[in-house]
Amino acid sequence: MTRTTMKGLLLASSILGSAGLAGAQDVTLTIESWRNDDLAIWQEKLIPAFEAKNPGIKVVFSPSAPTEYNAALNAKLDAGSAGDLITCRPFDASLELYNKKHLADLTGLAGMENFSDVAKSAWTTDDGKSTFCVPMASVIHGFIYNKDAFDQLKLSVPTTEEEFFAVLEKIKADGTYIPMAMGTKDLWEAATMGYQNIGPNYWKGEEGRLALIEGEQKLTDEPWVEPYRVLAKWKDYLGDGFEAQTYPDSQNLFTLGRAAIYPAGSWEIAGFNTQAQFKMGAFPPPVKKAGDTCYISDHNDIGIGLNAKSPNAEAAKTFLTWVASPEFAEIYANALPGFFSLNSTAVKMTDPLAQEFVSWRDKCKSTIRSTYQILSRGTPNLENETWVASANVINGTETPEEAAKKLQEGLDSWYKPAK
Amino acid sequence: MDEIALKRPRRWHILVFLTPALVIYTAVMILPLIETLRQSFFNTVDGEYTFVGLGNFTVLFGDPRWASDFWNALRNNVVFFLIHMAVQNPIGIALAAMLSVPKLRFNAFYRTAIFLPTLLSFVIVGFIWKLILSPIWGVAPYLMDLVGLKWLFAPWLGRPDSALIAVSLISVWQYIGIPMMLIYAALLNIPDEVIEAAELDGITGWSQFWKIKLPLILPAIGIVSILTFVGNFNAFDLIYTVQGALAGPDGSTDILGTLLYRTFFGFQLQLGDRSMGATIATVMFLIILAGVSLYLFVIQRRMRRYQF
Repeated sequence: MTRTTMKGLLLASSILGSAGLAGAQDVTLTIESWRNDDLAIWQEKLIPAFEAKNPGIKVVFSPSAPTEYNAALNAKLDAGSAGDLITCRPFDASLELYNKKHLADLTGLAGMENFSDVAKSAWTTDDGKSTFCVPMASVIHGFIYNKDAFDQLKLSVPTTEEEFFAVLEKIKADGTYIPMAMGTKDLWEAATMGYQNIGPNYWKGEEGRLALIEGEQKLTDEPWVEPYRVLAKWKDYLGDGFEAQTYPDSQNLFTLGRAAIYPAGSWEIAGFNTQAQFKMGAFPPPVKKAGDTCYISDHNDIGIGLNAKSPNAEAAKTFLTWVASPEFAEIYANALPGFFSLNSTAVKMTDPLAQEFVSWRDKCKSTIRSTYQILSRGTPNLENETWVASANVINGTETPEEAAKKLQEGLDSWYKPAK
Repeated sequence: MDEIALKRPRRWHILVFLTPALVIYTAVMILPLIETLRQSFFNTVDGEYTFVGLGNFTVLFGDPRWASDFWNALRNNVVFFLIHMAVQNPIGIALAAMLSVPKLRFNAFYRTAIFLPTLLSFVIVGFIWKLILSPIWGVAPYLMDLVGLKWLFAPWLGRPDSALIAVSLISVWQYIGIPMMLIYAALLNIPDEVIEAAELDGITGWSQFWKIKLPLILPAIGIVSILTFVGNFNAFDLIYTVQGALAGPDGSTDILGTLLYRTFFGFQLQLGDRSMGATIATVMFLIILAGVSLYLFVIQRRMRRYQF
């Protein structure tokens, strides 16, 4: 009963909404998105740039709250009232929309050739045949540090695991700063900024990630347990009461200058630039031994696709081709430092911190977060379990081996790798 | 003629007065409840939505992972309830007893102040307490430092062994006004004659409370207990705002409500599973039904009531 009412309401609103536009000759494209933070950037920079080149096509950016986006989008798509362009979450959430035929196949779209396979992996079917969203941006993990604090304590940027802990030890011995700002209360910090940040160096990025999906490696294997062992050592260098420290607490500790190192995702850059009153630098996750190949988590985070039922498919494709162009990449990456373009053409960025992050792409090998593709489809959910396990390991309530064993058992209970 | 005159008029007003409540209650409570119960017997098998009988329940209780999640949530829920019964209700009764002392000044002020947190949104309560107990900016470690008790402070909300107790006590703090008010009302209802008679018999002070007042407010305590039971086994909001949907650390604050939320609506990469969610909701419904029935048919019937 409630569902039909909902449909009726949505239908009514879409008919009424489009009735007003019927008189205009221009085609109007609506973009569904969860990035309401980006509203100003779209309205002031991206849309005018597109409209100037494509007269006759108007674009409206209509975001909703991030936590409501998936549910609201599904309801709108089922009711047939969703916008023409759909901002895509990475991996399974969007794959499900494609399988339900809500998203159109974009494999042959002009401009798709600008992206590598890894860039497209988040929005490609398991067999790799069809791509259904244009990759927009990724986020890179690493460590942001307080340059003033490092100068004051005469520290140099660590490149190996050993140097990393030596630096932490020195900051701790000095006592002016909390060595590292991270908490385990919100769980995901421990997994995302901890395990997924340093992990790729141990499981060798894509190599380990794909081996895990194919069943050749297990989470109980050394490359997957070792990052947990390293994480367990972080405990001594976190602030007092880190067990109850939340994500905003960590951000504030760092930007107020009370902590020296912050395990980061590049999405922090814009916020930190406005908040922090000191100079900042960044370094990639330290490798085990000097000279080892470094791996970074360069995680596909956001893409854009075409609503399969859009009446303006041609205009929408023109827009998507523009999104795939280097021009869009440059405007987007500079307006949102920390969200890096996935375009194969190198983008010029002005923000020094963002430049530092993106420079790692040249010297290190990129991978995505290990739990996102395929492995988090079942119950128990590997990503959520990894949050809990990482927090437990740092809290010291579970040993790295126990945590790994539990994760593997959970995965084994539903995941059968294709042989 | 006589027969027609004797026929009672149809009392339409009864129907008219009942209908609005009945319609609204049916639409927002009874139908969803039936739909939930129905869904717990269905699941998607090979892409087809089919009747699976008790299959979902077999999974919930038989599969070691589901079962351990469920029993963990149920155990935490029982602890959550017991802390309320052991802390909230006795303190509520004590506060009510103190408020009903006739000589007490600023009576209305205390009453309002103690009841106020109940009126606050659980989101506000959750955030306030998260800040108070924060080891970094919290006022709790600062105040404890002032009296030299800093060593007693710990990041309670972040430790698996103390998080559930901390959250329960926050909830007790918030809802203490309800038992207080209900029991306060019951105490005011005791006629002065009874108290005077007791005083003439030489029963005063504490023994008056234990022997005269407590037996007279037992029905109110029963109501408070059953309200606490239903409220606690339906609880979700405070845990969600303070500890998040994963009810960390390590599931130590996971109660049936948060388990249901995660299962039904999904969380982060976990997609929602309506059938298993409905199954958990059904089990919750049965637990609450059993508790309420026990009270209605066993305890309430044995309770002695006094008529004045």
